[in-house]
Amino acid sequence: MSIQENNLKSGSNLEKILKSGQFAFTGELGPPRGTDVKEVIEKAQFLKDNVDSVNITDNQTAVVRMASWAASLLLVREGLEPNYQMVCRDRNRLAMQADILGAYALGIRNMLCLSGDHCQFGDHPDAKGVFDIDSMQLIAMVKQMRDDAKFLGGADIHHPPKIFIGAASNPFADPFEWRVQRLAKKIEAGVDFIQTQCIYNMEKFRKFIHIANEEGLTEKVYILAGVTPFKSIGMAKYMKSKVPGMDVPDEIIKRLQGVEKGKVAQEGINFACEQIEEFKTMKGVHGVHLMAIEWEHKVPEIAAQAKVLPRPKPE
Amino acid sequence: MIVAKRKPFEEIKEMLKGYKKVLNVGCGTCVSVCLAGGEKEVAILNAELDMARRLEDDPIEIHGQTIERQCDREYLAELDDMIKKENFDALLSMACGVGIQFLAERFPEIPTFPGVDTTGLAVNQAVGWYEERCRSCSQCVLGITGGICPITMCAKGLLNGPCGGTNKGSCEISADQPCAWFKIHERLSAQGRLDSIRKINLARGWKDQIPRNLIQPGYKKPEKVS
Repeated sequence: MSIQENNLKSGSNLEKILKSGQFAFTGELGPPRGTDVKEVIEKAQFLKDNVDSVNITDNQTAVVRMASWAASLLLVREGLEPNYQMVCRDRNRLAMQADILGAYALGIRNMLCLSGDHCQFGDHPDAKGVFDIDSMQLIAMVKQMRDDAKFLGGADIHHPPKIFIGAASNPFADPFEWRVQRLAKKIEAGVDFIQTQCIYNMEKFRKFIHIANEEGLTEKVYILAGVTPFKSIGMAKYMKSKVPGMDVPDEIIKRLQGVEKGKVAQEGINFACEQIEEFKTMKGVHGVHLMAIEWEHKVPEIAAQAKVLPRPKPE
Repeated sequence: MIVAKRKPFEEIKEMLKGYKKVLNVGCGTCVSVCLAGGEKEVAILNAELDMARRLEDDPIEIHGQTIERQCDREYLAELDDMIKKENFDALLSMACGVGIQFLAERFPEIPTFPGVDTTGLAVNQAVGWYEERCRSCSQCVLGITGGICPITMCAKGLLNGPCGGTNKGSCEISADQPCAWFKIHERLSAQGRLDSIRKINLARGWKDQIPRNLIQPGYKKPEKVS
């Protein structure tokens, strides 16, 4: 069935699942620091049929990797649906629009619009950060390209890219009271779905979703709760102290410390699955985005334990 | 004001290698106030250069002259006679990038070198401490951002912050760098003006991508400049 008949914006698998009211489950894959296609395909096999769409990160943490669109296309070739991440740090509005056209032409249907980590974090700390437009403006630009068939500069686009537009939201960054407002701005800009920052502080997240529900925002946008299982106590401590905008309560670290060595990773997965269980019934949450960072091979196991399999197969 | 930092001594020495008679021109305005390129700094640098070149058995005759402003023709003209008479084989300027270029333009036949790195438009937070506040972007948004510039103070120059990297009031790049958007929110909230950032700041055309010319209303470019 065509996009129009179904009143779909992009016709992507992710859009169809969300629109049908089913609980979405998305994954993530970091492109390689080289040209090895095999590495991408091997990681992809763990995600295939276990998630609805796979985020392909874009030079994450400002470290150079294979282009996000290229790795996305490798997934398309393998029969997976990518969620093409694009950051504002590395390209100006011309390059962005050109990449969006090319990505769509070759089969990419979902995009995640992000500001991008500052270059200072990465392997080229003195690189010039572009930030010609910001993530809010990127959302609005993709929407304009899709719905108005116009480039940001105003010229017509022949065969506009029908992209399902995603963005991030961090419910834990300060000031807390502004987080829902910023979400509202992203909705106004035209976002279709949100993937949140990794959630560990459930109490705070419940509060965030509660306010978003009260303001009617969760009826205007699909929200996928971000989940990253802890592999180790070291990782939890690192996320707590070193990753900006991350909120890791001490109880979780204590919980991991409470199990015998060798069982910490399983405990991390248990916690993640308990979270997923709660998200399934949480009003205003429409799915989970599982970021198993460099742990793709664990996704089948986590998906099974979280009882999100088999994944729906929309037409 | 415009602030600058003196270039590393080795870099200056290397630029002046081979030149025997040099005039170091200080600037009496911004770089003087920010302790980088005024009369005092000219004298210090000249003493250092003189000593270093002597030690290398390659003496340099280095003169110093500080004028009121190197970005103004009227003051640069004060150097005309001296430069004509003395036959300097190089000029060193301790003005900001604007002054250095204007000096080089006035004496195009003499190689002119920078003695400082210009670092921005800054406020004087305390003696010797200057904080950048403006990128002279040509389209001021301070009216909607509570008087705090996101172009300058946000490490990503975001117009719709704060991003997810804001970290307990600090920027993701450093705990010492306040998050501009956190501050903007704080100030507007206290003023009861949060509405001013609820609207999306749309993508803007950057006005600083070509050399800018400013002609104030009522004025025009003269046909010939002196």
